[in-house]
Amino acid sequence: MAETATKKTALYPEHVKLGAKMVPFAGWLMPVQYTGIVDEHQAVRKNIGMFDISHMGQFIVEGNDARAWLNTILTNNVEKLEAGRGQYTFLLNEKAGIIDDLIAYRIGGAKFLLVVNASRADEDLVWLKQHARDDVKIESRSANFGGVAIQGPGIGELFPELPARNHIVDRDFEGMPISIARTGYTGEDGVEVFFRNEDAAKFWNAVLEKGKPLGLKPCGLGSRDTLRLEMCYPLNGSDLSPERNPIEAGLGFFVDLTKPDFIGRDVLVKTKENGPREKLVPFKMKDKGPPPRPHYSVFGNGERIGEVTSGTLSPSLNWGVGMAYVSAPHAKIGTQIDIEIRGQKFPATIEKKPLYKKS
Amino acid sequence: MNVPDDLLYTESHEWIKREGEKIRVGISDHAQAELTDVVFVELPKIDRQVNAKEAIAVVESVKAASDIYAPVKGKVVEVNKALEADPGLINREPFGQGWIYVLKVDNADDLRNLKDAAAYRKQIGG
Repeated sequence: MAETATKKTALYPEHVKLGAKMVPFAGWLMPVQYTGIVDEHQAVRKNIGMFDISHMGQFIVEGNDARAWLNTILTNNVEKLEAGRGQYTFLLNEKAGIIDDLIAYRIGGAKFLLVVNASRADEDLVWLKQHARDDVKIESRSANFGGVAIQGPGIGELFPELPARNHIVDRDFEGMPISIARTGYTGEDGVEVFFRNEDAAKFWNAVLEKGKPLGLKPCGLGSRDTLRLEMCYPLNGSDLSPERNPIEAGLGFFVDLTKPDFIGRDVLVKTKENGPREKLVPFKMKDKGPPPRPHYSVFGNGERIGEVTSGTLSPSLNWGVGMAYVSAPHAKIGTQIDIEIRGQKFPATIEKKPLYKKS
Repeated sequence: MNVPDDLLYTESHEWIKREGEKIRVGISDHAQAELTDVVFVELPKIDRQVNAKEAIAVVESVKAASDIYAPVKGKVVEVNKALEADPGLINREPFGQGWIYVLKVDNADDLRNLKDAAAYRKQIGG
């Protein structure tokens, strides 16, 4: 499937200068790697890495009713979100299918920042506006703002006085107004930083320079994907879709069914009662061999029981790992399954999350 | 990108080195760079009869699996077992230790249809 990439982030010229390999992703031209996926993956696990996440959508939701309204639109409990904090949450359709997964930050008393997937940003905005109340203002600031994720054990040396986990603070960085959130998608300690587009290149280069002695590397979408998969963090479009709900995806922790009303609640209550028909589970190949890939069939006792949604050779484990939706009776940890790769079955075991643990 | 003058090439980015009645086949420097880090190679079976443009091996990067094709009709007579332990050879030495297989060619005339270095350079825009 050929994607036509038309949009470039404010950091595009920096990526080109660094010799990044640029690829189309969700309508954007993004770096997939600078030096190599494995190399960048290891930089994040051992030192520190910086990713351009400016393609992600940034929406501001504001108004006296913003909190109460968001609580009817998102699955997690926004009422429990104190100012200056963020929470992982879902935007669902009426059937509880996942439109998007996102982080909602409360950046003021009645002001929220939603950071959404690039691939769903337009759709999310339409959905939010369709369901909005008169006294809630929803605005995309994506055209004027960018962001980077800076991730890895070296983060504390790079940025002293970090906000606490899941907190977000406004700071001045060398004269640039930025927001720093202690969040990420790699399993390492780190931050996601948001800034105005006019500051993007200056911020990026300042961090590259400052991070050099710490082994900081610019990292592309390739390592972003292998890092998140080792942690079993889902990728919307691969592991999540409008045909799947958060309970099937094993992410019920981010759904508050005690809330009286939110879109998709009724279906989720039923799924919870009856148990999901299929579940998203991590798995690890039994032997060294070809890595699993999305859409490969999964077999249990010779019967087709599901399909792989994400798969790769884990750079940290140097082993084939993945995630798959399998029928619920086969979803228990330790269950032996087979992954069909080019007509041949390869044994694998269903594992506990995450697939990679820091030793 | 390195495109050695003494090799032949295919549209699908294999390089071909003539060794008498046989050809040694690998993937180009350009191809290995496009694929990114190679993490697994599925080699063809020895003695397998193959047709031109038939997919006979698989090179997998962290990102995806890619088929490797036979440039001409022939029989597989040798495979690079070293790639099973060290698939990264394809990235590090695409034209050397990263070779993939050796084919005994049925008809040497078939090699005339392959690209020379200049034509391949033009294809990859280098």
